[in-house]
Amino acid sequence: MLSFNLLITVALAYVAFLFLVAFAAERRAASGQARWLRTSLIYTLSLSVYCTGWTFYGAVGYAARSGLEYLTIYLGPTLVMVGWWWVLRKLVRIGRSQRTTSLADLVSSRFGKSTALGVIVTLLAVVGTTPYIALQLQSVSLSMSVFAEATGSTWAGSDIGRTGLWVAAGLAVFTILFGTRNLDANERHHGVVMAIAVEAVVKLVALLAVGVFVVWGLAGGIAGTLETIDSSRLAAWEPAGGRWAGLIFLSGAALICLPRMFQVLVVENSDERHLATASWAFPLYLLAMSLFVVPIAAVGLERMPEGANPDLFVLTLPLAEGQQGLAMLVFLGGLSSATSMVIVATIALATMVSNHIVVPAWLSARTDGAMVSGDVRAVVLISRRLSIVAVLALGYTYFRLSEGGALAAIGLISFVGMAQVLPAMVGGIFWRGATRWGAGAGLISGFVIWMWCLFLPSFGQGAVISAQAFAEGPFGIGWLRPHALFGIEGLDPVVHAVLWSMLINTTAFFVGSVVTFPTPLERLQGAQIVNVYEHSQGPRTWSRQAAGAEDLLIMAQRILGPVEAQTLFQSEAKKQGKSGYLPDVTPDFVDYLERELAGSVGAATAHAMIGQITEGASVSVEDLIAVADEAAQIVEYSARLEEKSREQERTARALREANAKLTQLSIQKDAFLSQISHELRTPMTSIRAFSELLRDTTLETADQQRFAGIIQDEALRLTRLLDDLLDLSVLENGNVTLNISEGRLTDLLDRAVSASGVGSALAIRRDRASEAVKVSTDLDRLAQVFINLISNARKYCIAERPELRIEVRSIGGATVVDFIDNGEGIRDADREVIFEKFSRLTDPGKAGGAGLGLAICREIMERLGGAISYQPGQGGAAFRVTLPAAEALAAE
Amino acid sequence: MSAQRPGPLFLARSSFRRRRLRDAARMLPIVAVVLMLLPLLKGGDPEATTAGMLLYLFGLWIALVVLSALLSGVLAIEDDTAEALQRDEDRGADGTERG
Repeated sequence: MLSFNLLITVALAYVAFLFLVAFAAERRAASGQARWLRTSLIYTLSLSVYCTGWTFYGAVGYAARSGLEYLTIYLGPTLVMVGWWWVLRKLVRIGRSQRTTSLADLVSSRFGKSTALGVIVTLLAVVGTTPYIALQLQSVSLSMSVFAEATGSTWAGSDIGRTGLWVAAGLAVFTILFGTRNLDANERHHGVVMAIAVEAVVKLVALLAVGVFVVWGLAGGIAGTLETIDSSRLAAWEPAGGRWAGLIFLSGAALICLPRMFQVLVVENSDERHLATASWAFPLYLLAMSLFVVPIAAVGLERMPEGANPDLFVLTLPLAEGQQGLAMLVFLGGLSSATSMVIVATIALATMVSNHIVVPAWLSARTDGAMVSGDVRAVVLISRRLSIVAVLALGYTYFRLSEGGALAAIGLISFVGMAQVLPAMVGGIFWRGATRWGAGAGLISGFVIWMWCLFLPSFGQGAVISAQAFAEGPFGIGWLRPHALFGIEGLDPVVHAVLWSMLINTTAFFVGSVVTFPTPLERLQGAQIVNVYEHSQGPRTWSRQAAGAEDLLIMAQRILGPVEAQTLFQSEAKKQGKSGYLPDVTPDFVDYLERELAGSVGAATAHAMIGQITEGASVSVEDLIAVADEAAQIVEYSARLEEKSREQERTARALREANAKLTQLSIQKDAFLSQISHELRTPMTSIRAFSELLRDTTLETADQQRFAGIIQDEALRLTRLLDDLLDLSVLENGNVTLNISEGRLTDLLDRAVSASGVGSALAIRRDRASEAVKVSTDLDRLAQVFINLISNARKYCIAERPELRIEVRSIGGATVVDFIDNGEGIRDADREVIFEKFSRLTDPGKAGGAGLGLAICREIMERLGGAISYQPGQGGAAFRVTLPAAEALAAE
Repeated sequence: MSAQRPGPLFLARSSFRRRRLRDAARMLPIVAVVLMLLPLLKGGDPEATTAGMLLYLFGLWIALVVLSALLSGVLAIEDDTAEALQRDEDRGADGTERG
């Protein structure tokens, strides 16, 4: 016979083994060999915390009472896992990009890092999970009492209670040791996960072993088992539509919403690919866990005495058949199921309580803020350890207070409670319009309905809610009866609670979101989380740069630990190209730091702490507008700079051109001066020579006359030259008086042609019809321009048969007169300067004039209000005279 | 038009297949829900036994595990890099090829 002491010894040895496993895993992780600790297999096995003592013992009891309905509890999670591409993938991605530490952290972070929402979800989780923890304590105590009774001693209620206390204390020690070893940056617990994976194997093996024993050892194979099932009272089971569908939904929701499931699914996930594996491997695990439940229940009902607790068939059946070793294995399996659930749930709850209630309260209670000396890490760790103890104490209290109804009932109540987070969470990650008011309204209304319809009634009629209230409603309000809200009777209590709580919760969430307005931070976070696949970067929320790097370092040291914080700051400084430990406080850096801290203390707390140092509790609309303004200003400024630099470039180019022009002009002026002195000298020389001849010698009259004629010619030439210079100077100084009169263009051209005296040296081509234009201007001056152009053509056109075309046309309302010869034209380089005075083309062939003609023409045309320009590409030198617009009148 | 020779593909075959597999992964739970709710029809069939229903549900369960394993195996291999995933997601998001 198995002695009770041996059982205790084996149990303690098993627990010691788990401690060793966890310890070894922590050691390996610390030495950087975490790779094999983080495989898909371990991840999948760690998800098995879903299967608690409730599954291990309770499923058989559930099946014995309600037939196949127990399967809904596993079919729901199977659906969610198989549909991982819908929700879980997104949750895991968000969890990784936002460094989510818990369920409450996700909700709080999505809705603008709201502390209030964090508190609500935390309270909901504590209230919803405590009964579940109580359930585990009960299952361990019950299983021990079975062994005790098997060895002959009878257990009183106090013994069961004492066992529960010991178990709770042991679990607290384990959880504190491995769950709060350090404030891991990612809130991952290698030791715990490893221990849970081992426990997952133990409980699966135990259950399968019992199943194999029952099917092949007791029922006589598969066929016999099926017969047994159909002959038992299970055969009479009819699925109830509401419960079947409702429980599948509920258990599916629980997979995402239970704090412990969120912990292992999202927080402890280190690689998204593990999720892909778990999507089929975890359903397989669930299948294996539930495979033998019905056979065990059927065989148990057949073989065990009437009135035996079906919740304990898994244990009592092998004991009754004398299989001591198998019973021992089952006991360890049950212990594993219970402890792994309690450990993970406690860690998850303690994280929430500490991050969302204790630390924020501590922070706000201190007047000197987050920048004080001392180690916040110590505070966070202590608060987390105290939270663990408090959570377990609560669970133990609940366990002692409740009379311990059927295990399944408590489990379902807990599920419904946690499912209230579903609308806020799923709505939050898929709908950008969700606001914190909507989420709060949904959570609170769902919570209230759950309390009223399911949780409080679970204590029994008359315990919390009076029997009268059950029958007639509170204060006689009939439609508020806990099991018949709004007067709809006859529903199963669980289905009733699920239906109304989810309906009202979702409605409140939706309506609240639609009618309220989000804060800027909420919008930012919403976009980050809903579009998590598009944003791999975290949200940029810190625009202020008031935070001192040193202050941040002091704070970070207190949360991350000195070595980690210094490494982080140093690497950041290095990235910025600085040496030492203090990087520039850029928004990027503050943001990064906040996410690092969020991994330890949660998003809301990290935000609040950094907020205290960066001197702004949160980013206000004004801040955002200021940032936008600043950005716009910078854009505008740079555009102006660009414009300016373009302008300077233009100016520089113009200056360079002017300079080149000036240089050339200066050279030409020198040339002109020597030319003009030569021009002046030549007539002067002949005048002097001939006047000397006249004075000194006696000449014949004919000679005298000839010499005097030469002197006069030369004097005229001089006069003409000086006249030109004078003319130009007058024109340039602007004190010329115009003598406006009317005339016909064709007459003017006739006069100019004959005055220039080209004769037969130059053929003039004209189209008299087009010249029938009336002109009103200073006709003499205009004629002077024409004469100049015609004589220029005569002088410079070097064609064999020089000819000049004079074309008159109307362009854009102005009359233009083109003078086009058939010579070589003017070279590109010279075109720039021909209209400058003193300019004179360097062509040595024709040196007739002094180079003032075109300059005078230009001055005249400007005075008259017209223009003269060179026309390139006409086959020769071509000058265009644009007549003054106002004075050009159409010929009658 | 139909007389034209095959020519270049109008879309990349492999990424098209990948997106269809993703659709299958999305569809699987929906089909599964329907099949899981089938036992509710038991009332209409007096022949159905609890043991038979147990076999049906476990059969369905195994089929789901196998299908899911096949799908996730392919998806996990092809979506090796986050970048690839990102790209495909973007392509799907702009509505060019999703249906």
